[in-house]
Amino acid sequence: MINIEGTPKTPTVSMNPSTGVIEIKGRSIPENSIEFYKPIVDWLEEYYQGPAAKTVVNVQLEYFNTSSSKCILDVFKKLENLKKNQKDVIINWYYEEDDEDMLEAGEDYESIIKVPFKMIQIVD
Amino acid sequence: MNECYARMNQGEVIVAYKGSISAEVISNTLSLIETKLEESAEQTGVKKKLYNVLVESLQNLFHHVDAINNTDETESNFGAFVLAKQDQIFRISTGNFIRSDKSKVLKEKIDKINSLSKEELKDFYKFVLNNQSFSEKGGGGLGLIDIARKTGNKLEYNFYDYNKDFDFFNLNVYINE
Repeated sequence: MINIEGTPKTPTVSMNPSTGVIEIKGRSIPENSIEFYKPIVDWLEEYYQGPAAKTVVNVQLEYFNTSSSKCILDVFKKLENLKKNQKDVIINWYYEEDDEDMLEAGEDYESIIKVPFKMIQIVD
Repeated sequence: MNECYARMNQGEVIVAYKGSISAEVISNTLSLIETKLEESAEQTGVKKKLYNVLVESLQNLFHHVDAINNTDETESNFGAFVLAKQDQIFRISTGNFIRSDKSKVLKEKIDKINSLSKEELKDFYKFVLNNQSFSEKGGGGLGLIDIARKTGNKLEYNFYDYNKDFDFFNLNVYINE
């Protein structure tokens, strides 16, 4: 179980092994993201031992910098491994109506990572 | 150098800084500008893009301020940045010292980015994202590509001779309103 509270530079993260729900919300713009994302990547490795029947990942970011984009890819690669082991995984990528850049960023990941993505527009 | 600063400060200056570039300076500037943007009448999409590109530009600057031998006129980690608006276009100008032997590689990288179409930039971004590891400075090598992609404009740059070991590198990023 992971619960990380969001800050002006880092997202709120919650990971629940029994429900299989993982949430990353807010903004991710630290100068150096590796430190922030390491526990999340480590947690996912441990999660492999006994994953839920279905893993649902909700990513709802307002901003993220390029330093975070590499770390987010690392997180998604862990999910891809889970998928390779015949586990059900879905990534819900949320973006705001007027945020084409965020939609494109989601599509970039979708084209690299072999996990089903769902692009979800947030309408105010 | 003075010529460079004068150019950087053209237009309606929203924020300008010249001095030591620390994580704190960058963070404070970003929250200051975010507040200013919230109060401004710009469209949400423009505000968002501007803030995004600003984060990337300033963090790029932070990762690349080369330590130059301290002299009276420069502090360590010296850099400069300006956010200005002119003729409905926002400009983010940054300036930092770079070892002269690294200037050529940087110039080639920017020229390459500027030569790519929108689609090619997307592919290049994905390639670097997926294949390149972090540099020792914590940058992912994606900053400039991301800026070019998000703004849809060419990156404008100048290298000024400073002394035999260092150049002063100026980057101008334009964001259409």
